[in-house]
Formats: sequence, C-alpha cells, structure tokens
Amino acid sequence: MKHKEVISKNKYDHIIQKLPYERPFLFVDELLNINENRVEGCFTFSDTLSFYKGHFKGNPVTPGVILTECCAQIGLVCLGIFLLDQEMQWKESSLKIGLSSSEMEFLLPVFPNEKVRVCSEKVYFRFNKLKCKVKMYNEADKLVCKGSISGMLTNT
Amino acid sequence: MTKEERYQKLRAIIQVYLPEDVSVDNITMESHFINELNINSANLVDIVLDVEDAFDIMLENDDMDSMQTVTDALSIIDAKLGNS
Repeated sequence: MKHKEVISKNKYDHIIQKLPYERPFLFVDELLNINENRVEGCFTFSDTLSFYKGHFKGNPVTPGVILTECCAQIGLVCLGIFLLDQEMQWKESSLKIGLSSSEMEFLLPVFPNEKVRVCSEKVYFRFNKLKCKVKMYNEADKLVCKGSISGMLTNT
Repeated sequence: MTKEERYQKLRAIIQVYLPEDVSVDNITMESHFINELNINSANLVDIVLDVEDAFDIMLENDDMDSMQTVTDALSIIDAKLGNS
C-alpha cells in the first residue's frame, strides 16, 4: 500500500514542479488524479504557517482567502498547466496567470495541521480563461468550502 | 435578424460586463472593448461566450484576437452567420 502511494505521488510531480509558487505560499502537496475535465489534490495546513499567528489572535483558524487560494492552486492552476501541456503550449518559465473571479461559500473551519482535499471540475477553458467549480473536503470527508473560480492562463 | 437587431443584441451582452464607471451610453460602434469600455480580458472571454450562445455561432482564437472594437465583433458575427 505504501509503495502504491509513493508511485501515485510521483506520477503528477511534473505538474507541481511547474507551479509558479513556493513556500510559504505553495498550497499543493500532491495531486491524486488529473484529467482534462477534473483534478483532485491534497494539502496539509502545517501549524507553522505564519498567518496562524494573526488569524485569529490566540485562536488559529485558516483564513478563507487561504482556502480559496488552495482551491485555486489545485483546482485552477494545476489543471491549467495540465491543459496547456496537452495543447503543447507549455514553454518553460513563461506561464502568466491571474485570478479573475471567485465566488466561494465557507461551511466549516479548517484548523492548523488539518489535511484537505480539493476537487475541481472544469466548466470551460477557452481563449485562455479557465473556469472551474471547486469543492474542498476535510479528512472526515465533510465539505469545507465550495464555489466557482476563474482565471487567465497564458504561455506567451 | 437585421444589422440593427444584431447590434442591439450585442449591446445587451456587453452591458452586463461593463465596469461601474462606464455606462451603457458609452457603447458605440467604434468603442474599443479594452481601451474605451474598460473591459478586462477575462470579461471579454465572457462576452465572446455569451455571443456564441446568443447567435449560435462558434468563435476561434483568431476571431478573439481580431475582436478589438464593437464593429469588429459585429463583422465577426456577420461573417459567422453568413451575412457578409
């Protein structure tokens, strides 16, 4: 079982390596599945992340904007890189991305050291705009937040 | 559909994506989507997708690149509908 996990983790490493983020603003640990219509990935919010010091004072809770960012990095950017790769549009270090809109609903808090899973489904990817429906679940498989996120991805 | 009807239909689509500081009265045949109507590239994609649905046509990347003004959009719509 452990061996299998290692294989599945490595399978999509090439996508994570292309992400234009790094710690402390990388919110993707591993991708579980990806195809042209959907992506699923995980992230564990380490209690050492700096924003817990201020959000909230003496009561660390993951900010909604960070949950949105995690959904966007897994659901939009990883899927976008996969789609650009497929279209043979991938050029090293020329990825330009921008969030264009997000509409999120937050249902449950995420505390330090919680692991979340993001599932994202493509609504459309046209003229460099990717729109997805995203859902985030906690380890108990309860819906943490959901919404719709769009962004522009170009490789020129 | 007359040319005027196509123009009014397009105006109604554009109106939805205008930023708050641009009024529908600012839309003319000559209006440049990005420079004059202050529509960003993400919303321009939404306009194209709505145009596709409203006129039952399909636009390609080249059409998107050449769609700078309202007149450009109408020419593309006309060409796709076989009116040009």
